[in-house]
Amino acid sequence: MTTTERTAASFFLPSEEPLGLINADGAPVAEPALEMPADDVLLRLHRAMVSGRRFDAQATALTKQGRLAVYPSARGQEAGEIGSILALRPQDWLFPTYRDSMAVVARGVDPVEVLTLLRGDWHCGYDPYRANVAPQCTPLATNTLHAVGFAHAAKTKGEDTVALVLLGDGATSEGDTHEALNFAAVWQSPVVFLVQNNGYAISVPLSKQTAAPSLAHKGVGYGMPSVLVDGNDAAAVHAVVEQAVARAAAGGGPTLIEALTYRVESHTNADDASRYRDRAEVEAWLTRDPIARLERYLTDRGLLDDAAREEISARAETEATSLRERMNTDTVLDPADLFRHVYAEPTAALRRQAEDLTAELSLGAEE
Amino acid sequence: MTATLESTSDTLTMAGALNRALADALGEDERVLVFGEDVGTLGGVFRVTDGLAARFGETRVFDTPLAESGIVGTAIGMAMNGLRPVVEMQFDAFAYPAFEQITSHLAKLRNRTRGAVELPIVIRIPYGGGIGGVEHHCDSSEVYYTHTAGLRVVTPASPADAYALLRQAIDSPDPVIFLEPKRRYWEKETVRLDHRSSTLDRAVVRRSGTDVTLISYGGALGITLEAAAAAAEEGYRAEVIDLRSLAPFDLDTVAASVRRTGRAVVVHEASRFCGYGAEVAAQLSETCFHYLEAPVLRVGGFDIPYPAPNLEKHHLPNVDRVLDAIERLQWDDAAPLTNTEA
Repeated sequence: MTTTERTAASFFLPSEEPLGLINADGAPVAEPALEMPADDVLLRLHRAMVSGRRFDAQATALTKQGRLAVYPSARGQEAGEIGSILALRPQDWLFPTYRDSMAVVARGVDPVEVLTLLRGDWHCGYDPYRANVAPQCTPLATNTLHAVGFAHAAKTKGEDTVALVLLGDGATSEGDTHEALNFAAVWQSPVVFLVQNNGYAISVPLSKQTAAPSLAHKGVGYGMPSVLVDGNDAAAVHAVVEQAVARAAAGGGPTLIEALTYRVESHTNADDASRYRDRAEVEAWLTRDPIARLERYLTDRGLLDDAAREEISARAETEATSLRERMNTDTVLDPADLFRHVYAEPTAALRRQAEDLTAELSLGAEE
Repeated sequence: MTATLESTSDTLTMAGALNRALADALGEDERVLVFGEDVGTLGGVFRVTDGLAARFGETRVFDTPLAESGIVGTAIGMAMNGLRPVVEMQFDAFAYPAFEQITSHLAKLRNRTRGAVELPIVIRIPYGGGIGGVEHHCDSSEVYYTHTAGLRVVTPASPADAYALLRQAIDSPDPVIFLEPKRRYWEKETVRLDHRSSTLDRAVVRRSGTDVTLISYGGALGITLEAAAAAAEEGYRAEVIDLRSLAPFDLDTVAASVRRTGRAVVVHEASRFCGYGAEVAAQLSETCFHYLEAPVLRVGGFDIPYPAPNLEKHHLPNVDRVLDAIERLQWDDAAPLTNTEA
């Protein structure tokens, strides 16, 4: 285990203003502190964000049709969700939260499997080892420690794997975030912490969440390089995450990134955001839309025309249609599944309970 | 289960037997890691990890920052990535900050992922009283864990069992809460170091008898065996069962004994209200009702926060209380002990 040498606090400090590459109006930022991703990366970011938003809208619609028990929308956060995922290498791992379905889909997990949790069929619908995505985490901040442990094991085994963990502004108040940042810094684990600061933890605004100058500032206390980035700028998010992944992979240890963004929709479909925030605030943020600005930038540069936009939009629509159709079938669940996967082998007590349930069900079938 | 070519044995304390089990596991499987607070250079506050860091290096045996949730949470990530962590919570009540990681993730990840994620993690927790410890150092916290599906909960009561159970716990594909009765750390016994044949989830009969079954585990097994010996002098032949595994509960072994004796007393250090004895009593009344000559009694601690060291002797079960329970069971209208009703 290595211990960090004492380094001047200024080394770890984030910038005063969020780093950016593309302004809200689609114009490139003058004298940016980051390198603009290559054109093909920008085009992939745009396409994936359009697909992501369509997926998000489809999932929201599925709650209204009663197909999903609940859905926490990430609309408006496409730059954070997609910008970070496309910066990962195939061998890297993602540790997402419940709001990051869009990111999990972008990582390559079948959208139906991603929504299995929210449909209520099983707590995690996908095999984490297939696309290197941990189960979506519902308790806040607990996934940060899993990511650190996973990354530490990779380092111990000499594997070139970086763990990206997603968390929100509310999660930064949890003890586990503190412990994870501290462990990762002391161990110099290959982890990237990406806080998507979307302004609210359900109804509680950031001003009641923290007194820190920014959430990125929290990294300084742990001895961790910290970055504040415009979370609605997919190019900038991609650039800082890519940099952090490269540093972690090279043995440079963890990075804390705060992506400043906004949750356009309510916490979930069950929440009423009008009780705690003004419409004017939401509308002001809508003018900073992550997709519109990248689209404008790409169009101005001649990389995107109407035909291409239509093709991208049509493809997102096809994906949504496929998702809707596949979600519109009633799944058949096996009650015996209740007793599977509790232990490697069912205990005697579980075997008895499974027999009881089978008897109960066969009795019910006779009636 | 690894076959061992030749049998070796040694006279060890329980702490020494646990140390040997960790050393043997570390030596046999490079995926095994030992970490926690003060387990490295110091060798643990009870010296259970003594010498392991020097022998296996800091990559295998190491001190962590002081953070229990961090220890369990990172262990979960490490196990997801193919390692087999054995972590130490320094004292029973110090494990509570890790409770969320244990109940929400450690116990459930296999289930949440339909078996894709396996977490072969052992959490060692020195638990229970009887050593004059100050507050937060003496809790009997077993039922917090036994109530959580997905965890195995075991507790040895002897050096030999400590060795065997810890080896089996480390081999287990399921997460194991390994409760070490700290009052028994210094008891000595000859330990067979190839003794890995008994299964993780079986109770054992420590003393045979025909008149009453005494069911106990961990720190309370000592006074239970003493009580059985004292009862013999009064003419009661008590059978003593050491549960060893609290989850799963070996109902078959216990019920077979109670069906023969018709009488049962559960003895543990923890408070009686919603304590482990309540579960044993309930299962015996459900499965052995027609064999019982008297209600199943419980001898346990009072329903109070663990008391200050100078008062703990009044709280902890003792031989007289067990004998008193045995005495009460011999009457047709056997009555419960008076120290408990909530």
